[in-house]
Amino acid sequence: MQKRAIFGGTSLPYLLLLPQLFVVAVFFYWPASQAVWQSFLLQDAFGLNTSFIWFENYKELFEDTSYYRTMLTTAVFAIMVAGLSLSLALLLAVQADKSIRGASVYKTLLIWPYAVAPAVAGVLWIFMFQPSLGVVAQGIRAMGWNWNPLLNGNDALTLVVLASTWKQISYNFLFFLAGLQSIPRAVIEAAAIDGASPARRFWTIILPLLSPTIFFLVVVNIVYVFFDTFGIIDAMTQGGPSKATETLVYKVFFDGRLGGNLGSSAAQSVILMIMVVALTAVQFRFIERRVAY
Amino acid sequence: MATVALTNIKKIYPGGVEAVRDVSLTVPNGSFTVLLGPSGCGKSTLLRMIAGLETISAGTCKIGERIVNEIEPAARDIAMVFQNYALYPHMSVYDNMAYGLRNRGMPKPEIDKRVREAAALLAIEDFLTRKPRALSGGQRQRVAMGRAIVREPLVFLFDEPLSNLDAKLRVTMRLEIKRLHNRLNATSIFVTHDQVEAMTLADQVVVMNTGRIEQIGAPGEVYKHPASRFVASFIGSPAMNLMPGKIVESGIVETPGGKLPFDATRFSASGEVEVGVRPEDIHAAGDANGIPFTPELVEELGATRLLHGNFGATPIIVAIPASGTVHENKEMRLLIDPAAVHLFDRNTGRSLAR
Amino acid sequence: MVEHRGLSSFLPYVVLTLGVAIIAFPVYLCFVGSTHPQDVVANGKMPLVPGPLFFETYYKTLFVGSSGSTREPVSTMLLNSFIMACVIALGKISISIISAFAVVYFKFPFRMAAFWLIFITLMLPVEVRIYPTYKIASDLNLLDSFTGLTVPLIASATATLFFRQFFMTIPDELVEASKLDGAGPLRFFWDTVLPLSRTNIAALFVILFIYGWNQYLWPILITTRDDMQTIVIGIKKMIVTADALTEWNVVLATAMLAMLPPVMVVVLMQRWFVKGLVETEK
Repeated sequence: MQKRAIFGGTSLPYLLLLPQLFVVAVFFYWPASQAVWQSFLLQDAFGLNTSFIWFENYKELFEDTSYYRTMLTTAVFAIMVAGLSLSLALLLAVQADKSIRGASVYKTLLIWPYAVAPAVAGVLWIFMFQPSLGVVAQGIRAMGWNWNPLLNGNDALTLVVLASTWKQISYNFLFFLAGLQSIPRAVIEAAAIDGASPARRFWTIILPLLSPTIFFLVVVNIVYVFFDTFGIIDAMTQGGPSKATETLVYKVFFDGRLGGNLGSSAAQSVILMIMVVALTAVQFRFIERRVAY
Repeated sequence: MATVALTNIKKIYPGGVEAVRDVSLTVPNGSFTVLLGPSGCGKSTLLRMIAGLETISAGTCKIGERIVNEIEPAARDIAMVFQNYALYPHMSVYDNMAYGLRNRGMPKPEIDKRVREAAALLAIEDFLTRKPRALSGGQRQRVAMGRAIVREPLVFLFDEPLSNLDAKLRVTMRLEIKRLHNRLNATSIFVTHDQVEAMTLADQVVVMNTGRIEQIGAPGEVYKHPASRFVASFIGSPAMNLMPGKIVESGIVETPGGKLPFDATRFSASGEVEVGVRPEDIHAAGDANGIPFTPELVEELGATRLLHGNFGATPIIVAIPASGTVHENKEMRLLIDPAAVHLFDRNTGRSLAR
Repeated sequence: MVEHRGLSSFLPYVVLTLGVAIIAFPVYLCFVGSTHPQDVVANGKMPLVPGPLFFETYYKTLFVGSSGSTREPVSTMLLNSFIMACVIALGKISISIISAFAVVYFKFPFRMAAFWLIFITLMLPVEVRIYPTYKIASDLNLLDSFTGLTVPLIASATATLFFRQFFMTIPDELVEASKLDGAGPLRFFWDTVLPLSRTNIAALFVILFIYGWNQYLWPILITTRDDMQTIVIGIKKMIVTADALTEWNVVLATAMLAMLPPVMVVVLMQRWFVKGLVETEK
């Protein structure tokens, strides 16, 4: 953990650390502790009357069926986006890993969606799927399906899932490609000589050796769905129709800003914090155990 | 077990690089053939073409009676031991060895029998449940060999399997491979750049250089009758001394060190030639006749002694038994047996033997 | 390898081309939509090939602004986004590199504590502490300012960790040689560490620039004035709920413009970007 060759000096290191620690203290720890503190309070929107109510906010949340509904929506959302984007990304990565002509061109053409803002992705997809003017929406309706994400909760959720998946495929693709390229070629060749067909090689050799990457990406994808999809949801559905696409983080935003219930919003923030920390901790432990590959 | 027959094999890479140029070779049933040469000579490429890991640009490759050019590696019934072992990291030693048999749909009891027999043969029964990362280099190499043995293939292929082991282990494993071969009598093709491995293991040595075969022969043959300057200097350690020479009369060649008689019934030469004499074929002369030589540097190796000096402008090494004393910078006399003198064409490097 | 899969040797090409097409399709449609007149787009009968109004629409978008909801032309928003993204990227890189340097190359009390304090911030993105952070920013009078837009987002630790990992791989001999040459820590940093870190800085810059450019939730809260908006949130505001009023062609043109800089950064700096992405996550 410590390098052997170090410099002396007592004030310099503190000076160097000061900028970051200052920003972190003011804009991270202070607000984070405020959030925890606020979650124990009941405030009106103007902050004039505050009363300390212990775990009332939390209790209210856990008794609120709509909170569970939001949790369910977030979970379904996460599973669908993670599942879809991981499988598609893996398929593309496996094909791109073969030494075909133009592999690097394909690679470039597949990774650029990473750069697109979630909100912009939302705009793109809502444009395609708008019931009245969307080109794809027209196609769907022509096939007889009454597509209307403005009214139908499932349609809305599908739309949000599609937009989120579209964006996430390129990120997963990159990591899968790196993972595939770190498998020693000789191991694949040995498997071929051992009589394994390409399909069998994929299932018995490649996939198991890729499992650390897969696990890592599952966690990253879940965190992505929890947080980064805010822009997509806000651009496309604003959590509607009737909360069908409201995720946990969106609810934090909605309840706090538009609902005026800062205490509840803070409590939700704290719960989200705990979830993320747990996820990250799990990932860390797992990666540490598997590092000896 | 099968023979392997290569006819006019070529490998040309998409950029135009010719890795293997027109190689023809027969590996008899049950023989241990070593492909020997420096890096980049094409020996690994040739092996990989036999395995099906590289496509063959031209020529035919036959394993047994089958032409296998277009057949996938899985269907060629071969087994390979890789330089880096290439064990399946996520499987136990048992599963590593059983994998190939499972792929062929062999029944479980049969698989178990074979795996355990091979494990006993290679003394790795204690490791069957371990994963590769818990094994040492030598143990991993044995697992790699076990994986090949259980398959009972037509041909065994070895791609520089000992290069990653430390010196002592290399010697032990070399002997193990020889023992195994004597026992299994399996057709084996072994690639290496180490001429000691080639000489000790091979029934048949194939010396390669820049994509071509320089010579095929038994170890003794390539040592005593090298077909070219390249083979002569590659085989034997320290390397053969090479110096320019000129034929002055029948049976005598003039070299920077003096006039050397050679076997004119064996070599047909005239004009300017290249002369080769192995360090171990040069002896200290007891009397005043003999070639004058001043050793500038002496290396003591225990049983032998290496004398470094010059014949004219050409550096020479002499290997003599380490008895008596030799003084640096004190002139002595050398004796060279005419039968030990080799002649090569100055331009092409080919041996001038009849 | 010798492989005979017949038709399926075309499989990679088919799959990859399909993948590229599906990925590109939404953007293609976006481009098409931005080049047709508004009523054609809005009535749902838009053709699938680009229309004639490329220059007019983009000029209008950039310099005139739509007559509908946004009052600002997009060029202002583009500038805001650009400034924000650059400041965030450069800010993060600067404070992180010196922090990492301090943590790796010095020994002082509370060193590990400082490191963990920074490390923990990795786990919680800004969305989780959004309201309190907003309150603090507004108490400090940072609303509608570039400082407010950028500084709270510089707080996280990805870059610090990234540099720390890298610094750990720099051979100790370099430090010792520097000391022998009479260089102090700052000299060492400037003359040795910085040049060695060049590719890492480039890689991080790509990632952080995109991160900054694509920020959504925070800018929404902290900016109220129209001329402080970034292009990413500007787009959202253009889409009014009654979509008949939305000038879709302008919206789509804005979307194209919003995507252009970050995508170009990724494509041009692809090599560094890929390296940085894979390394940061380890």
